[in-house]
Amino acid sequence: MLQVSLPHFLVVGALLFALGLVTVSTRRNAVGVLMGVELLLNAANVNFVAFGRYMSTAADGRLVDPMSGQIFGLFVIVLAAAEAAVGLAIVLSIFQTFKTIDVRSADLMRE
Amino acid sequence: MKSNAGKLIFWVIVTALVVAFVVSISTRAILPAAEASPQPGAEPAGLRDILFYAVAAFTIGGAAAVALSRNILWSAIGLLTALLGVGGIYVLLSADFLAVAQLLIYIGGVLVLILFAVMLTNRIVDVNVSNTSAGLYGGVLIFVAAVPVLLTVALVTPWRQQALAAAVYSTKPLGYALLTRWLLPFEVASLILLATLIGAIVIARKEIKAD
Repeated sequence: MLQVSLPHFLVVGALLFALGLVTVSTRRNAVGVLMGVELLLNAANVNFVAFGRYMSTAADGRLVDPMSGQIFGLFVIVLAAAEAAVGLAIVLSIFQTFKTIDVRSADLMRE
Repeated sequence: MKSNAGKLIFWVIVTALVVAFVVSISTRAILPAAEASPQPGAEPAGLRDILFYAVAAFTIGGAAAVALSRNILWSAIGLLTALLGVGGIYVLLSADFLAVAQLLIYIGGVLVLILFAVMLTNRIVDVNVSNTSAGLYGGVLIFVAAVPVLLTVALVTPWRQQALAAAVYSTKPLGYALLTRWLLPFEVASLILLATLIGAIVIARKEIKAD
């Protein structure tokens, strides 16, 4: 199986996804969790583009637009960047708040 | 806080569940499907294949650094490597515009933003966020539970691949597609970016205390 075809790209996407999942669940730093989310989104994007490249004929023989995988990838990149910006703004706001109040824990809403 | 004995029992039960899951998936789904799928013959590896393996190793190494580094700055460098590698994968998939967009937006934008956040929050080392993370062992368990399922789907499914069409420069077809078939998502994406811009500024600014 040395010649590269669709399963190879899917394996890369799967490993990126698993590593992103591990990052999101084991990181205590909030920025680290956001890095894991970026890994998850990139993994899904690799899958999109790989399928768009390798499977441009549907099951009943219709031709799918060969650019759809890349269009989806473009929109995923845009949304991921927007979500990273808002997420980091929230993280910064949390750390700004905790500079002035007690720095022990972030559980102000807990009873 | 759970006692130490309680925590040990919890992790033993979770480990047993994960092992049972992986074993049951392997025996019921992976092995029969692997025997049923046709084994392709060994084809020679060309330059494109060697490049793919190099880029894939680069990417997954970077992602492993993100997941496993103790220092958050090494994680950021690992993320840079992973994003670069994904850009290389897009090139190998003939998505040239997407590769350059990935480099510009992700590395030039998102990664710089993440580095800003890492540097600005560096002094607050004692914050004890009560999101109890799974710890290294929990991360290993999650990896072991997720990887067989995903790899099975990737490797064993008989994908109906066709002969690859000739690679085209993707900028012109993407431009046409964005303005004809995908016009509505394009406009909605610009609205989303506007909302993100306003929202991020409102969230992150310092409150002016009324005197």
